[in-house]
Amino acid sequence: MKIELLEEQRLLRDTVRRFAEEVVAPRAREIDESGEFPLGFFKQAAELGLGGVAVPEEYGGAGMDTLAYCLAIEEVSRVCASSGVILSVNNSLVCDPLLKFGNAEQKKRWLTPLASGQLLGCFALTEPGAGSDAGSLRTTARRDGDDYVLNGNKVFITNGTHADVALVFATVDLEKKHRGITAFIVPMDTPGFSRGGHEYKLGVNASGTTELAFQDMRVPAPQRLGEEGEGFKIAMATLDGGRVGISAQAVGIARGALEEATAYAQERQQFGRPISDFQAIQFYLADMSTEVDAARLLTWKAAWTKDQGRRYSLEAAQAKLYSSQMAQRVTNLALQIHGGYGYTKEYNVERYFRDARITEIYEGTSEIQKLVIARAVLDA
Amino acid sequence: MTTDSVTFALTQEQELLRQEIRRFGEERIRPGTAERDAKRQFPADLVRELGEMGMLGSFIPERWSGAGFDMVSYAVAIEELARVCPSVAVTISVSNSVCCWPILEYGSDSIKETALRELASGKALGGFGLSEPGGGSDVAGMKTSARRDGEEWVLDGEKAWITNAGFARWYVVVAKTTPEGGSRGLSAFVVPADAPGFSVGSPEHKLGLRASRTAPIHFTGCRIPAGNLLGVEGQGFKIAMATLDHSRVGIAAQSVGIHQRALELAVGYARDRRQFGKPIAEHQAIQMKVAQMATELEAGRVLTRAAAALADAGHNDSGRFASQAKLYASEAANRACWESLQVHGGNGFSDEYEISRLYRDVRVTAIYEGTSEMQRLVIARRLLRG
Repeated sequence: MKIELLEEQRLLRDTVRRFAEEVVAPRAREIDESGEFPLGFFKQAAELGLGGVAVPEEYGGAGMDTLAYCLAIEEVSRVCASSGVILSVNNSLVCDPLLKFGNAEQKKRWLTPLASGQLLGCFALTEPGAGSDAGSLRTTARRDGDDYVLNGNKVFITNGTHADVALVFATVDLEKKHRGITAFIVPMDTPGFSRGGHEYKLGVNASGTTELAFQDMRVPAPQRLGEEGEGFKIAMATLDGGRVGISAQAVGIARGALEEATAYAQERQQFGRPISDFQAIQFYLADMSTEVDAARLLTWKAAWTKDQGRRYSLEAAQAKLYSSQMAQRVTNLALQIHGGYGYTKEYNVERYFRDARITEIYEGTSEIQKLVIARAVLDA
Repeated sequence: MTTDSVTFALTQEQELLRQEIRRFGEERIRPGTAERDAKRQFPADLVRELGEMGMLGSFIPERWSGAGFDMVSYAVAIEELARVCPSVAVTISVSNSVCCWPILEYGSDSIKETALRELASGKALGGFGLSEPGGGSDVAGMKTSARRDGEEWVLDGEKAWITNAGFARWYVVVAKTTPEGGSRGLSAFVVPADAPGFSVGSPEHKLGLRASRTAPIHFTGCRIPAGNLLGVEGQGFKIAMATLDHSRVGIAAQSVGIHQRALELAVGYARDRRQFGKPIAEHQAIQMKVAQMATELEAGRVLTRAAAALADAGHNDSGRFASQAKLYASEAANRACWESLQVHGGNGFSDEYEISRLYRDVRVTAIYEGTSEMQRLVIARRLLRG
């Protein structure tokens, strides 16, 4: 048990922190309000290696580990949760499955440009009728000669408005349920591929969420990731990694809220003294600090377990469940400490409070995390 | 890339110690846990055996006859003890954390030679006298006094809630040496149980931890040698606070052990108990509870081990981490025992089920060695100081 970072991890964290404060933070409120997708941010982040933090350098990544990836996501999310999830999707949900399940040709053709930021990726699993029950998706892929022909719809696709490449899940046989699900790497300019406009949301409003539609879209067989019927396994393995990223995002949002609340409490005077002198406020800050540290440690533990090459579904689910619940509580208390000001757009905590909400829903709701955890604990 | 920085794995020595304590706990401690609780019987034999295993001087250097373990090992060992018997765990943790530690840090070589060597080698048990009938969290308001008389100190007063009272051979006691001095008027002393004027009152009857001994101790013109002063005169408050900073890791670990057991009991019961034609473990209501308990257990454990690892590394923020670990782990363990009892239904309310004892035992973890409220003040103070 040791929790000191390596020199290179500290260096990355400090670099990303500076980048986040100087480049990301100044535009965070504006893009939240307008819903503008920060494509320029993604390109700049990729120059720092954040397109594929844990992707080996030979494939265009930074060649670091999952823990370093978590540090980067926390630092970006601390100032802008939309930017955090944009990176998290590209890293965890697109680069990671390509690295793990892609063949040499696919890695060269797709992973390298995605990890180095020349291309932006998105992950297309969820459908109008298939959320937590991903195995019941209805998008079909019919083999036709050297191609597959895809038809169907996807919703809530982060990065979808601006992505260049989608990892699409479709079934080759509806009868086979989840055993028919197959993954495809699809450039978004493929004929028959269309995307919707910007979806306005409660939080993470600049993350380019949209819907996708496939109409007789032809995808050459070499763009199939893994085998036919292997898609569900790929999706589940990928979401394990995604959960670590979202956990780090939740830690970042909460830390941002804690820092702003601490500063505010020391400036704000009521009853003749800073409100930080009152026990009521001190107790909130103490709980917030405790929970942020607990969540970060759980996140690091999941990342560390993944980096050990061990099975980490339980650790990822626990980290994601705890961190997302924590982020709700911490951003709520941060807003409370700010009083009426916290309810206005003048202060960042209003945005943090809205942004935190989604962390309990995407990449597996809290209820799904609990089912994963309960299964591991009860069947052990 | 090398990954020898952040690691959540135990070292081989730590893992071996964990297994040794687990085995001892299951074979020697667990069989008598329920009976000792029912009879309020102090586990004197077990304490002696644990002393022989090095557990009474676990992080004390070998130079003073201790086992020389690091804090992570200590936390792991206390967790394992609490999993089988929280009373045994607190008996051991008090002797280590709030008696041995301040003597190690602030004692003269001669008091280490007598008191610490005896404690750390497992020949004697230790206690700690800080709280009084009229003062718990408000340490500076204490009444017990100590005045210098030639080559001796003379103590007068009463200390309350003293774990191990009557079984301890040595006590670290904080008393007022400058009446108007506030927190700077306190000093810390080592008092042997055979000092003239020292006596032990009747044991408290408690909600939980019934096999651990808790009683008041009295000082009536109690005389101890001048060399039994820890640190310098006036340093008592600082010593007491530093000691509690250190000891919180032990109570956090105790909480984690209780939480672990509460989860195990809930899981075992949920698998066996059938309602509506299937094990209740197959109902989502139970699954959601189990998942939440398991997740909070892991959060408490990583906080506790991180606090221990930071203490081992001499990190300057280790005190805040210890408070955070103690605050979180104790409150999470309280929630877990509540939920585990709920999973047990009516059976959980019966003395026949272990969870009913744990439910009583766990309550004090949010109170002793600094209430949750004191932890929050300590954490906030460090946070606001920046």
